[in-house]
Amino acid sequence: MGFELPKDNYTGSIREVVIGEGDKAVKIGGQTAMPLCGFEGEFPNAPKIAMDVYDETPEEWAEAVTEHFKDVLSDPVAWAQKCVNEYGANMICLQLASTDPNTKDTSAEAAAELTKKVADAINVPLIVYGSGNAEKDIEVLTKVSEVCQGHNLLLGPVVEDNYRQIGASAIAYKHCVAAETPIDVNMAKQLNILLENLGVSPDKIVIDPSTGALGYGIEYSYSVMERDRLAALSQNDGKMQMPMICNLGKEAWKARESKISVEEEPTYGDLTKRGILWESVTAMNLLMAGADILIMRHPEAINIVKKAIADIHS
Amino acid sequence: MALTGIQIFKMLPKTNCKECGEPTCLAFAMKLAASKAELASCPYVSDEAKEQLSEASAPPIRGVVIGAGDNAVKVGEELVLYRHEKTFVNPTAIAILIDDSMSDDKVNAKIDQLNNNKYDRVGMTLKANLVAVKSTSDDAGKFKALVEKVSAATDDGLVLIANADCIKEAISVCAAKKPLIYAATKDNVDAMSAIAKANSVPIAVKGETLDDIIELTQKLTAAGIKDIVIDADEKTFKDTIKNQIAIRRAALKKKFRPLGFPTISFPCDMTDDALYETTLAAGLISKYAGIVVVSDIDAPNLLAMTVNRMNIYTDPQRPMVMDQGIYEFNSPDENSPLLITTNFALTYFIVSAEIEASRVPTWLLIMDTEGMSVLTAWSAGKFVADAMAPFVIKSGITDKIAKKKIIIPGYVAQLSGEFQEELGNWEVQVGPREAGDIPKYLRNIAGI
Repeated sequence: MGFELPKDNYTGSIREVVIGEGDKAVKIGGQTAMPLCGFEGEFPNAPKIAMDVYDETPEEWAEAVTEHFKDVLSDPVAWAQKCVNEYGANMICLQLASTDPNTKDTSAEAAAELTKKVADAINVPLIVYGSGNAEKDIEVLTKVSEVCQGHNLLLGPVVEDNYRQIGASAIAYKHCVAAETPIDVNMAKQLNILLENLGVSPDKIVIDPSTGALGYGIEYSYSVMERDRLAALSQNDGKMQMPMICNLGKEAWKARESKISVEEEPTYGDLTKRGILWESVTAMNLLMAGADILIMRHPEAINIVKKAIADIHS
Repeated sequence: MALTGIQIFKMLPKTNCKECGEPTCLAFAMKLAASKAELASCPYVSDEAKEQLSEASAPPIRGVVIGAGDNAVKVGEELVLYRHEKTFVNPTAIAILIDDSMSDDKVNAKIDQLNNNKYDRVGMTLKANLVAVKSTSDDAGKFKALVEKVSAATDDGLVLIANADCIKEAISVCAAKKPLIYAATKDNVDAMSAIAKANSVPIAVKGETLDDIIELTQKLTAAGIKDIVIDADEKTFKDTIKNQIAIRRAALKKKFRPLGFPTISFPCDMTDDALYETTLAAGLISKYAGIVVVSDIDAPNLLAMTVNRMNIYTDPQRPMVMDQGIYEFNSPDENSPLLITTNFALTYFIVSAEIEASRVPTWLLIMDTEGMSVLTAWSAGKFVADAMAPFVIKSGITDKIAKKKIIIPGYVAQLSGEFQEELGNWEVQVGPREAGDIPKYLRNIAGI
């Protein structure tokens, strides 16, 4: 008798979440086994890549990234269209960074107006991330939610300090939410429970487990995501059976290794290659830990990860 | 399968001599079963029992050493499927591929990369570990010459990839270095096994299917060979990882000995795109490969792979730490600002990256908080005024700065008053909460 692969028994499965509306709708999740275990479960939806678009011209981005977007960096609508048309983005993640009161403090109204324009201009689903300032994000994301009714956006990051307001708005205007907690299984579960108690359907929640880049805590993200998935699949924990999103482009390109010049750090070698690898290797690990949406920046890093996804989901 | 205490007891002398330190043989057997005693403590156990027991108590995945001396690497001995359960034990060895079709210049360049591409990180040196020398010509003389050249040029271990005739020739010049010979297949297993035995070197097996591989490892084991490495690569990354998972699960969950060996994988054969290759290699480092053979260890590629390896093989229970002390950024002088934070490596990496990016000359004091982050260390009483003040004063920083002024992380703003009191004639300033806001903060201070 031949060798039989020892299979794991899973009692739970990941929920399917639909982001976007009508022709634009994209489904994520639905797995019934741990990542890379296609031999013992169903993986109906391959992971998706969302590309970063910022609401104002980024000032501190690596040249390796900006050189691909020079013509569109000051125009989020054109930028988003370029990501979709030229680089095959499955989704766009509009980062409303300039709404942060510590930077430009762009108003909620202006942010919402811009978001609507971007959402209308692309034929893929739109993820909208606030600045991460929990208080201001209430104002910004509830306004975005209202103005973009009918687009079924994915709004985030929703955290313990603002889930009530943003969650309620997402229910009213029928959007999804990305629930962010700091690399912790129990806190992720707790926030999901709070959202469900508020009335957010579990089919409208995506877990943002918080992402560390390669060299900057990737191992914490990797393990917490594996544990999140084991809770969902092996322990059939209904409060953890949501797909996961990783906001990694921002982290990977913030790393010293993606930024420091070869003149300053001669042992590190070519800066562009380094940055691309920092993003693709970070993404690869997150993919292997169960990510359903990877938010990324560099076209070549994205190509690499797309190849890996195509292989894994062949 | 692991033996029970009773099964072990049956193999012991049953004399209750107490020389092992236990009151009875049965008590000793129970401790052995729980891995709380060593068989060597019993002076009277028979050789036969010793063999049976050591077999039963052997790690489910064998540890295999490749190379000799300081640069020898051990792979295998892994105990878990998920790293949160327990630390991954022996980090994946990274091997650079050299073949006999390459020009001398190219071979020399690869060896240079192997010997010189190194990075220091958290007190560890990150580098590649092995050189895989491959015959593409099947010319035994040519292969031997290349092996000899490579072997002389590096202290790192070797993997010899060739047919049995070529390996037989080449091993004479490098047997003492304990190279891994690659690979026994169903067509050459006898010849390869004879070489492995005669030279006491580890051997890799390759088969079309896991069944072929099992047959090969069983055959080698029967021949008395223990140091085996498995190549279970498939055409797709997906199926390669599937085999990695299958092998580890069979070894750990079923204690299935014929697959209880470390693996070798060849990202170098999976694609011609160097960046994709490195990304796949990183994936294989995270998911169970004992050795990855890569075609490119150019600085950025090797940096990404080795940092990936360090991260995944870090003890999940014990944080990486930095040494306590004074760190300089952007060539500070006596008028440069002084910051203080904890010695959790991640805190250090993030804070130092931001300071560096600010381009503002800055001093950074790293205080030993047993690897806790700022908030955790504060709540645990490690990063508090009465501990910080003596550290700052004794650190020697006062000799380096003109004005006694120190900036604390925004998250511990509450301790600024007490810190000031403890420090006496110092000025304590509260910095930003998030590291991302450091550059702006420093530039403000510097008036840029």
